[in-house]
Amino acid sequence: MLSVLRRKAAAAAVGGSDAMLLGGRLRKSCAAAAAGLRGYATAAKEMTVREALNSALDEEMSADPKVFLMGEEVGEYQGAYKVSKGFLPKFGPERVVDTPITEAGFTGIGVGAAYYGLKPVVEFMTFNFAMQAIDHIINSAAKTNYMSAGNISVPIVFRGPNGAAAGVGAQHSQCYAAWYGSCPGLKVLAPYSSEDARGLLKAAIRDPDPVVFLENELMYGERFPVSAEALDSSFCLPIGKAKIEREGKDVTITAFSKMVGLSLEAAEILAKEGITAEVINLLSIRPLDRPTINASVRKTNRLVTVEEGFPQHGVGAEICMSIIEDSFGYLDAPIERITGADVPMPYAANLERMALPQIEDIVRAAKRVCHRSVPMAATA
Amino acid sequence: MSAASLSSAINAIRSSSFAHDRSALASNASHPSSSAFLGSTARLRFNPISSSAGRPRSSAAVAAVAASNVVKEKQPKSSVSGSNLLITKEEGLELYEDMVLGRAFEDMCAQMYYRGKMFGFVHLYNGQEAVSTGFIKLLKQEDSVVSTYRDHVHALSKGVPARQVMSELFGKETGCCRGQGGSMHMFSKEHNLIGGFAFIGEGIPIATGAAFTSKYKREVLKEEGCDHVTVAFFGDGTCNNGQFFECLNMAQLWKLPIIFVVENNLWAIGMSHLRATSDPQIWKKGPAFGMPGVHVDGMDVLKVREVAKEAVGRARRGEGPTLVECETYRFRGHSLADPDELREPAEKAKYAARDPIAALKKYIIESKLASEAELKAIDKKIDEVVEDAVEFADASPQPPRSQLLENVFADPKGFGIGPDGRYRCEDPNFTAGTAKV
Repeated sequence: MLSVLRRKAAAAAVGGSDAMLLGGRLRKSCAAAAAGLRGYATAAKEMTVREALNSALDEEMSADPKVFLMGEEVGEYQGAYKVSKGFLPKFGPERVVDTPITEAGFTGIGVGAAYYGLKPVVEFMTFNFAMQAIDHIINSAAKTNYMSAGNISVPIVFRGPNGAAAGVGAQHSQCYAAWYGSCPGLKVLAPYSSEDARGLLKAAIRDPDPVVFLENELMYGERFPVSAEALDSSFCLPIGKAKIEREGKDVTITAFSKMVGLSLEAAEILAKEGITAEVINLLSIRPLDRPTINASVRKTNRLVTVEEGFPQHGVGAEICMSIIEDSFGYLDAPIERITGADVPMPYAANLERMALPQIEDIVRAAKRVCHRSVPMAATA
Repeated sequence: MSAASLSSAINAIRSSSFAHDRSALASNASHPSSSAFLGSTARLRFNPISSSAGRPRSSAAVAAVAASNVVKEKQPKSSVSGSNLLITKEEGLELYEDMVLGRAFEDMCAQMYYRGKMFGFVHLYNGQEAVSTGFIKLLKQEDSVVSTYRDHVHALSKGVPARQVMSELFGKETGCCRGQGGSMHMFSKEHNLIGGFAFIGEGIPIATGAAFTSKYKREVLKEEGCDHVTVAFFGDGTCNNGQFFECLNMAQLWKLPIIFVVENNLWAIGMSHLRATSDPQIWKKGPAFGMPGVHVDGMDVLKVREVAKEAVGRARRGEGPTLVECETYRFRGHSLADPDELREPAEKAKYAARDPIAALKKYIIESKLASEAELKAIDKKIDEVVEDAVEFADASPQPPRSQLLENVFADPKGFGIGPDGRYRCEDPNFTAGTAKV
């Protein structure tokens, strides 16, 4: 973890000047505060992802009394990851509901409440535990508007950390973006920065359909600059639109959640070698923003998809196919996908590092796609 | 535990051993009832918590006492002479009509299935009508009913028109879900029926959520007089499922206005309840979570109705959930595809003799509430209703092609309509977020 921070701080220091040169919608991932360096933020305020989620939930619950939070440890413990800090005294136990350890039961209760017009936010301690409730997420929530021919909508949000943390082992580390992303009737969102987290969570709570909101445990403490606009209580990001984090013309890199940070750093390294990478933060896994990705690939002609999850049937596979369907003629090289290793997550730190995408993997893939010769094998 | 001991009324406290032999069947008559109706109210009582089990849970004990007091009051009034006050004539005819509608409808479903008009999985409710009628006819329109895949009769009792249910089964556009749900997924927002869950146990947390909403609306949203209750119907097989226990816990923990109704028909497809369950007495699982558990003869609509009144009353007053085990039986197989080979003919015959419709008919006539002619008129009327439903469904069109992709989302474009009345995503500034700074 520390090495990641150090790398980020170094990148921030080096990339600072580039930040001034590149205009447009640029975001710098800034763990710099932790290392005592200042990022080149154009906004006045910085916020961690955790604070962003907390403030978004706070504002939505204050604005609409039908919104309530339910999950394990959300009340007295102030959230397993402190996302709901301060909520219990403010909203009371009827609106911040500490549940017993019964995912299937309380998820179903949330869905039933949503059928009848309330707006539950169901928190899972991690999405791994949501597997005990996945029947309700898919069968009771996602499919109901369709099965009832539009009579019964389900304005529910399922949120929680997704993907690998640090050394938590196989049963706590799976990424569920691909599983939920394949299911019609769900909207699946994966924020990266604090602004993303704020905007998307507000949009999710206001949305009348079931939304799976995939956070990341390691991102909770990351600090990002937040614009004044994002601090407004009516700020929402659109669902189904990806964001171009960094513009470039040689290769497109798509990523979501934590991988966006790695991709941005990879882009920095590639820039020094003369390859400008366009980094797309997907934000919305379902619906996938195919137009944005295709437009980018038509510009750069090369694509590398990055994700943390298992390779087979993953998000990268879907993006690859969408490019082949829409923009095959524009490709100058086969699409590469960087994914987690095709194994359950090992525990040992060095093995875990090997099982997850690292910045070097993204850099190598981008170079391969640009037909620069690079060694194929990763070093341990 | 043999079905025989369940089939006599509710002396479950006596049946601590499960090995009653079938001769107990004959001894049914050993408890003379005060009315000719099969199984009298004399035997209707909530099971008190056995005092040998340590400190009794006070809420359950109180409820148990209350119910038995209710029944004791009624008991002396119901005499053979016909001045029974269990139901009035109107109520009696209403109950009769509802049960006959359920039966006639299901029989017609079977005919239509074998003629190919209906397809897929169809689960019929024949024989269990007393449970549906007994509970649902006490509810208001705002109360919710959550059911399983065996939901046609729950839909009819709750008020969904027979035409809409039949059309839905035929997969036509005029069905209650426009043909998109089918037999197992009957939904009606207007009648607050969340009929259809294919997975057993899936409806129980949903029903608990509906009850949660009712309580939330009353306490947090401060809606006046919101005392809606929820009735969750499910079977004996479901009572071994984890979600059932999770919801018993949470419903009692938060005192939710819900009634858990177990339609124990002793069979889960081909798995006998006795082979699947360590303790087959399902009503006992209520007190384990602190709520009253009641066992009632589910082939007797009047008994079910008495228990239902008490349970619904408890829920409306905010006293919390009740678990009601209705011993009932399905005359047909699990579904129309089930050859039903594992159930013994003797068992089926025994329960067929306790047909709830025949029993209610006998009661109504013997208590001189209505004449045979009136009941026959109801039979005829229901036949016409069902015929009309079939004709309507036959004549209805299939859903148009455009319906395939509709209704996946309530708002496909993302969090709704902006203040100018157009979809937010059509606003050119949409991609920058919606902040008004």
